[in-house]
Amino acid sequence: MNAAATGVREWRRFTAGQRVARFSVYLVLVAAIVASARAVEIIPEFLYDAPEQMQDLFVRMWPIAFYHYPEGVHAALVETLHIASLGTILAVLMALPIGTAAAHNVVPNRVVNYFAKLLLVSSRSVNSLVWALLFVAVFGPGALAGTLAIAFRSIGFVGKLVGEALEEAQTGPIEALAAAGAPWPSVISKGYWPQVEPAFWSILLFRWDINVRESAVLGLVGAGGIGMALDTALNLFQWPRVAMVLVAIFAVVVIAEISVTQIRKRIL
Amino acid sequence: MNGDPARVAAKALTHPAAVAPSAFPANWWARAGWIALAAYVVYATSRLDFTWTRFVVGLDQGARFIGRMLPPRIAQPDTLVKGLTESLEIAILASSLGILVSLPVGLFAARNLMPAWVTWPARALIAMCRSFHPVIVAILFVKAVGFGALAGILALSVASVGFIGKLFADAIEEISLKQVEAVRATGAPFLSVVGYGVMPQVFSRFTGFATYQLDSNLRNSTMVGIVGAGGIGGTLFAAFQRFDYDFVCAILLSIIGMIMAGEVLASWVRSVFLERGKVDEE
Repeated sequence: MNAAATGVREWRRFTAGQRVARFSVYLVLVAAIVASARAVEIIPEFLYDAPEQMQDLFVRMWPIAFYHYPEGVHAALVETLHIASLGTILAVLMALPIGTAAAHNVVPNRVVNYFAKLLLVSSRSVNSLVWALLFVAVFGPGALAGTLAIAFRSIGFVGKLVGEALEEAQTGPIEALAAAGAPWPSVISKGYWPQVEPAFWSILLFRWDINVRESAVLGLVGAGGIGMALDTALNLFQWPRVAMVLVAIFAVVVIAEISVTQIRKRIL
Repeated sequence: MNGDPARVAAKALTHPAAVAPSAFPANWWARAGWIALAAYVVYATSRLDFTWTRFVVGLDQGARFIGRMLPPRIAQPDTLVKGLTESLEIAILASSLGILVSLPVGLFAARNLMPAWVTWPARALIAMCRSFHPVIVAILFVKAVGFGALAGILALSVASVGFIGKLFADAIEEISLKQVEAVRATGAPFLSVVGYGVMPQVFSRFTGFATYQLDSNLRNSTMVGIVGAGGIGGTLFAAFQRFDYDFVCAILLSIIGMIMAGEVLASWVRSVFLERGKVDEE
């Protein structure tokens, strides 16, 4: 009012509603942090002791037990890679139909769409370690449980992204195929597939990279892979061997990430 | 006879290859790739000892397992509530600590603002933080600071630095340098350049990363308890080992409920901070 009367328009970046909303987010955030910091149980002595304990840990880990690699680590490492790759392949096999069913332009049925989306959300809401616990209880300890855990955790991720890629597909080629009288498998393979193929390979590589990291810990709950070797070494307090396993995991993760980046650059 | 267009068309429909080059030529490299993939699947399946009988026995076991999970029963309500609250506290504290650390680290890792001798160590730190799964980091922190929530907080902070630091650095590298130059030209000191030239350009994307990380930390904070780093994970693992599958089911349902509530909250916060017209940027 006053500003208008003097002829100077006061410029504000946000409306009053936006400011209130932002302020309340900040307020709740600070309140949550303070409340958490007061409520969480931290033993101060442990905190003061931490640098010393950390140093002790590294001293115990040194020298790294490289001699342990051929007999104790190599096979488990290869098993981890198999779990990650097979899990990703299995996930894709299951995620493609579910992801397609979730895309409204491919399957124009709201009930089917929502059901498929519900399946994808429930797959993503359960952590891969929990999936592993469940499958270990069902199939017993071993790589089978790990592979299924990786697969079931990845369905949601791959299916959601594939469904979104399908929904973004251009309608032109689809209509052209439909007008030519193409049956639906041809519409899928010659109309939709070429459009989502780059996205598909990029999603697949991205998920494989994540799965290599995740499959390394599944062994902690008995689902096979290098996590089993880590668990054994930890339980026996063989710190040099723990260090060896950690170095192996680090190397594999870095190699996986570099190769995924290179493949993306070359192919996509 | 050959000149009759209708006949040529009919022949093209029945024997497409005989008349004209196909619109969809066979890609032999792709076919070789699919065969190699199939061979790998067979090889890896045999190496991991997957057999049909094992699978069938497992399905039987699975039916019994689900039978024991239902109906869900809250055996120890106090433990459940305490575990869930602790997971929530771990997620909130780890996210704030992680974001606090990743702000300067991400800034130092941005190659368009910093010299190479600053970006390399910052990028190496981010890569280190990203390469280990939070649960493995949690094992190391449990050894260093003992069992309990502190180990979980530190482990998830490390994971947050790896994730947010990288995205934040990438976001800063994509900004327009004109505004930065304009602020610099007024003689503003470095902190003002960052505060008025860089931050306004990346802030809305940054809130997106931060809410995503809070969400992801909430998921992981329910897991680090498996290795003794606090939260509901310890209760879950103990219930599994005692074969209390109905309690397991109750814990899982409450974790899923908490995560979904977190997702709704996160998308609301994102909508508050997302400026209009910038939606397609994400």
